[in-house]
Amino acid sequence: MSFLTAERLRLLVPVLSLALLLGAVFYLQPRTMSYTGLNLLFNLAVPITLATIAQMLIMMVNDLDLSMGTFVSFVACVTATFLQSDPIIGFLILAGCIAAYAALGVIIHLRNLPSIVVTLGMSFVWGGLAVLLLPTPGGTAPDWIRWLMTSKPPLVPMAIVASVLIAVVAHFVVMRSAIGVVLRGVGGNERSVQRAGWSVVRARALAYALAGLFAVLAGMTLVGLTTSADANIALRYTLLSIAGVILGGGEFVGGRVSPIGAVVGALTLTLAAAFLSFLRISPDWQIGAQGAILIVVLALRLALNRREARGTRK
Amino acid sequence: MNKALVLSVLTVALFSTTALAETSGKRIALSNNYAGNSWRQAMLTSWDTVTKPAVEAGTVAAADAFTTAENQATEQAAQIQNLILQGYDAIVVNAASPTALNGAVKEACDAGIIVVSFDGIVTEPCAWRIAVDFKQMGRNQLDFLAAKLPGGGNLLEIRGLAGVSVDDEIHAGIEDGLAKHPSFKVVGSVNGDWAQDVAQKAVAGILPSLPDDIVAVVTQGGDGYGAAQAFAAAGRTVPTIIMGNREDELKWWKEQKNANGYETYSVSIAPGVSTLAFWVAQQILDGADVPKELVVPLVEVTQANLEDQLAVTGAGSVTNVEYTLEDTQATIAAAK
Repeated sequence: MSFLTAERLRLLVPVLSLALLLGAVFYLQPRTMSYTGLNLLFNLAVPITLATIAQMLIMMVNDLDLSMGTFVSFVACVTATFLQSDPIIGFLILAGCIAAYAALGVIIHLRNLPSIVVTLGMSFVWGGLAVLLLPTPGGTAPDWIRWLMTSKPPLVPMAIVASVLIAVVAHFVVMRSAIGVVLRGVGGNERSVQRAGWSVVRARALAYALAGLFAVLAGMTLVGLTTSADANIALRYTLLSIAGVILGGGEFVGGRVSPIGAVVGALTLTLAAAFLSFLRISPDWQIGAQGAILIVVLALRLALNRREARGTRK
Repeated sequence: MNKALVLSVLTVALFSTTALAETSGKRIALSNNYAGNSWRQAMLTSWDTVTKPAVEAGTVAAADAFTTAENQATEQAAQIQNLILQGYDAIVVNAASPTALNGAVKEACDAGIIVVSFDGIVTEPCAWRIAVDFKQMGRNQLDFLAAKLPGGGNLLEIRGLAGVSVDDEIHAGIEDGLAKHPSFKVVGSVNGDWAQDVAQKAVAGILPSLPDDIVAVVTQGGDGYGAAQAFAAAGRTVPTIIMGNREDELKWWKEQKNANGYETYSVSIAPGVSTLAFWVAQQILDGADVPKELVVPLVEVTQANLEDQLAVTGAGSVTNVEYTLEDTQATIAAAK
């Protein structure tokens, strides 16, 4: 029972900050309190959410992916070019990308390399490939992705449906499935996972492949929203995804992650930017204000963590 | 009674010329992706100087400027969607990417919002585009030289940053001009990267290998002053160097003009093009028939207006022009 409370407490801060921001946005701009309003507010959060889940899967095994932004940009370029003109080649390239992510996991594990160095190097590879594919911005989104991202489900807007769906799927894979426990175990205590007879290299490869899959989905949904791509389209996603995971209650080490928290974190980040824009804060102050919101949320979490730690000691 | 009637007729006449009635309730937003150099700073300042009086006079209800915290297309797309939610009637955009904002721009159009892009334009067909004709900048240089030096002669070309489309376009314009005026011949070409120090070094490097009868230097802006320094340092007569409206270039030109009657020509784009975009948006809201593709007028500094233009050029800045409603109507009429 007390364990459950700790877990819930962890999720409480991001959920409360999201609710608070949403309330503030509704108050500042009542227009957002509608079907179209919510969709406009959150539809660009869908690819960020997917990228955040991808980053969370990497952080789950105690690694960090600094190539997330360039990788999503590259996927966006593939989606707007090959996936549109030759879907088969397009899907093969994207499958190859996921395989490349799995291979990265294997290399990082076998050679015991620091993931930030490997992924930083890979960020130049993905960036270079994206520029080769689309030297000038362009391309077209495949019709079906465009249809999906602009679809209007009854009652609840697409952006909300997608966010809930992503959270539920990620929650079941990471928190409820047997393999999810092993994956989190790799981050928590690698040796005990190994002693229990699991292959850690296979687990890490799987975590990376899953991350690759979510990052590919991020790139595809992004193009579905923007209609065409640009080699630099998603560079912001590297830092946004890390911030989203942390904001949502995840930690850099120890396999302590929360998929629902990560989705809420990504939505909070998106909403924070909208909130500042509605407040009409001058651009010179916006970065600072965005940082201030992050610090407030993280400070709250730190305070709760302290309480949690005191609770366990008792 | 009679007086009041005359007055009211006069007021109506006055109001109808400024189209006050139609757009006084409309709100226009500027979505800008970057504010980190002097050109963009001048652009934002111009926006303020022109739109504040327009708001005070009641021409429009609001004209707010928004700059994204970081120069990223995804952030600007989110910003545009937030502007839609804030209920603006028109959004003026200087875009981070010609294509990556198309989804957000489409959302705006679908919501009945007028979108006018300028400088950094967007390709979405429902938006208006105010583009820069860099080719014309190249052609104008040769046209000026042909008028000044009917005999033709050898030219040195200073290009911009290699691999950037702007450099290709200005160069293509210069090639066009050379085809039109075949008496001129480019005998040397260097990259000046639109920076005075780079241009000075590059020109100093190539000068010894060039014939003595260089009559003129064609440039891309931001490189003319450096070229002049290089010629002077080599002890050669300074030829006619085309300038690019930078303050240091115009100042040097004025000094030479006062000392020895030096003659040249200078051309570039004014940061005040943001105000042109503002009036274009206002005109569209007013119901005017505006073509989707407009071209930014080039700002030319000539022998006759050098002093005036230098006076409106801030230290370390570029010659600026703030557009009025009448200028904008003339630009629109010219595009039809």
